[in-house]
Amino acid sequence: MLAQFGFGVFVLTFLLALFSVGAAVVGYFDKSDRWVEAARRAMLLTFPLITLAVLTLAYLLVTGHYELQYVYSVTSNVMPFYLKITALWGGQAGSLVLWSWLMSAFASAVTLRKWDRDRDLLPWVIVVTSVTLAFFLSLSILYENPFARWWQTTAGDFVARMFAPAGAIAVTPADGQGLNPLLRHPGMIIHPPMLYLGFVAFVIPYAFAIAALVTGRSDDRWIRLTRRWTLVAWLFLSIGLVLGMRWAYDVLGWGGYWAWDPVETASLMPWLAGTAFLHSVMIQEKRGMFKQWNMLLIILTYALVIFGTFLTRSGVFSSVHAFAQSAIGPMFFAFIGITFVTSVALLIYRWKDLRAEVEMKSLFSREALFLLNNLLFMGVLIVCFWGVIFPLISELVTGQKVTVGPPFYLRANGPLFGALLALMGIAPLSAWGRSTYKTLGRALWKPFIPTAIVPVVLAVMGVHNWIALVGFTLIAFVIFVTLFEFWRGARSRQNKQNENFLVALWRLAGRNRRRYGGYLIHLSMVVMAIGILGIEVYQTTTQKTLAVGEDIQIAGYTLRYDSLAQFPYTDGRIVTRAVISVFRGGKFLGDIYPRYDYYTPSGQPMTIAGVRSTLADDLYVVLVNWENVSEAQAPFKVYHNPLVNWLWIGSLMFIFGFLVAAWPEREQEKREGKI
Amino acid sequence: MKTKIIFLLTIYFLLLAAALIPSVAVSAQQPTPSDDQVNAIARQLYCPVCENTPLDVCPTTACHQWRELIRQMLAEGKSEAEIKQYFVDYYGARVLSEPPRTGINWLVYVVPPVAFLAGVTLLFRAFQTWKRVAKEPVTGVDDSSSPGSGPGPAEGSGTAADEEYVARLEEELKKRK
Repeated sequence: MLAQFGFGVFVLTFLLALFSVGAAVVGYFDKSDRWVEAARRAMLLTFPLITLAVLTLAYLLVTGHYELQYVYSVTSNVMPFYLKITALWGGQAGSLVLWSWLMSAFASAVTLRKWDRDRDLLPWVIVVTSVTLAFFLSLSILYENPFARWWQTTAGDFVARMFAPAGAIAVTPADGQGLNPLLRHPGMIIHPPMLYLGFVAFVIPYAFAIAALVTGRSDDRWIRLTRRWTLVAWLFLSIGLVLGMRWAYDVLGWGGYWAWDPVETASLMPWLAGTAFLHSVMIQEKRGMFKQWNMLLIILTYALVIFGTFLTRSGVFSSVHAFAQSAIGPMFFAFIGITFVTSVALLIYRWKDLRAEVEMKSLFSREALFLLNNLLFMGVLIVCFWGVIFPLISELVTGQKVTVGPPFYLRANGPLFGALLALMGIAPLSAWGRSTYKTLGRALWKPFIPTAIVPVVLAVMGVHNWIALVGFTLIAFVIFVTLFEFWRGARSRQNKQNENFLVALWRLAGRNRRRYGGYLIHLSMVVMAIGILGIEVYQTTTQKTLAVGEDIQIAGYTLRYDSLAQFPYTDGRIVTRAVISVFRGGKFLGDIYPRYDYYTPSGQPMTIAGVRSTLADDLYVVLVNWENVSEAQAPFKVYHNPLVNWLWIGSLMFIFGFLVAAWPEREQEKREGKI
Repeated sequence: MKTKIIFLLTIYFLLLAAALIPSVAVSAQQPTPSDDQVNAIARQLYCPVCENTPLDVCPTTACHQWRELIRQMLAEGKSEAEIKQYFVDYYGARVLSEPPRTGINWLVYVVPPVAFLAGVTLLFRAFQTWKRVAKEPVTGVDDSSSPGSGPGPAEGSGTAADEEYVARLEEELKKRK
């Protein structure tokens, strides 16, 4: 009964979303405020309605209504309460519901603002958000219905349908399969909502861009209005990506955080386009240039957001043929195609209105360097896009499956990331407008001197790998430039205003938080780069079967196998846990507990690495459960991951830098009417 | 006589044994290949059944057997290339971590650099147009073509630049007040 109610609410919301599209279009062309207001109210109503449906689904999940296929597939009796709640987005159908819910929440938040002088944009913002919402709702209603229940047909098969097939009997299983053990990790519980928050928030700047194109407004109002949305989208997408990395590191037992898996790469692509957008809108705000390019970037970001959801949700990676079998794939494909072509057509239609107000004056100006930054991000994006879709093309054309794995991405993206680091060092020293290589050179030489010492010191310390040498030197360069920028700004204030250096630094950052927060974000990125370089260049690994008391050596550490124990856990797992003692130079450092969990209802094993983590390195020990494990002897795979912790430290710094850059400034906001 | 024959036979067998010992020792020096040797190859291969899972970390039974197969082939003295080729012959090119450089697969390597170079060219040409447009009204500002002028740390120009920087910074901060 509740399931039918939830489904009914879905259908109603879908119709409302369609109505709001129609009303907004009529309102725009008839210049009727009443129709636009009707569209707005319909839009606003979708949020409480979807919330009602989500609460219904949550209730069904928590109370174990296993007659519903979705509830059956993601929950079970032994699962704790909080996991039953998170099961809401633990499966395909639920995650699409989450998409719709967030879309409707964000769209409502936007339509609630005071529109005053931007009222002409309103109908088209409603159209774009409602069309997106209606699309995702239609997927839930037609193909991935979380409210579908189990039936047994006359032929004896079990099928999941909303309504009874002819002659079928309703069946209710006593217990469910439970959430995929891989998804029971804190990182994985928060990772999808974060990623989706980022994905959906990017729809808002896109909606305003389209509204600006349709209404023919060529100023940067749409950018200023949605700056906060863009930043928030970017923040959540970044956090989502980092959580995904952490999850992979903790749960997969592969020794690394990123494997260039197509699903990972698909979620990175919108981030790349979004990051390029975030940089290039600054040029439009400052100089009134690159209006067409910014439009193109936000259109691309939106397309990649939908494309990323499509790639991870359509099963297209297992096979292009699986894609053709499920109707959800072609639906996505058509939606991406239609929205992309329409958006680009609109852009071409307005192309001439969006010409730059001033021309580029120098190759060394900040705007030129920003453009170079965009080129590099687009380069990485092309590599990722091509690497992800090539296997599909190959399978379609030749019928042969191929894998595009890490060597391809590392070779192609490595130099591009290096160039981005170099640019991150140079660009902050350039000026807007006229900046010659002389002025740039004058600004560069001071931070350049300490940078030049870095490779020498590193080489003396024994770093001879040239990738590491170049990488760490570039990282040092960015750090010196950024610190120099803080120092130089604070010094000049100190002299002018007679302030104490620290006060000067504080006021400087406070007055232009966007810039100095941005610098902090740059710093966090290079701190992350330290971790990435460390593990990519210097990771070592070894595997050995050990009898109790035997040891394994890696990177100066000795790891001794002490004991193994097996015990059941309250949530139905059977845990097998080894105890490993770590020594260095004969000194005992601590114990590591690698383990594997065997989930009884689903029969799925999980390998959880034991990790000893310091700022210098991680010892990452996997109890290799896929080989023969016994109390007397067990196989262990050990990874030595130098510097990897800096990746996570950098991620935390990133959030701090972001808060500095984006924390609301109340008075100014009110004046500018930001949302 | 008899003792002589026994003596000679003993010598013979001792010599034979001595001749055999090195070969016995050689085969004893070839123990079963270690996990690390197996993983070094398995890491470069992808599981033929699971999606995008490297063979050295894949927990399925099938993959366990494949790793044992690698071990066996290594013990037989097969080279890394031969072992990889064996897997390609049996399970197709998808077991490799990159598409083999043949036929249509060349596209995977050619398209990204071509697209990137196209971007560079486009940007470079755009820069040139902009520079021409910009040069017309502002004359003699850009002297970047003059040779031999490094980032001169000349005191005078340095302070001038510093003052310019301070002025710009102040202006920017004022704007934001």
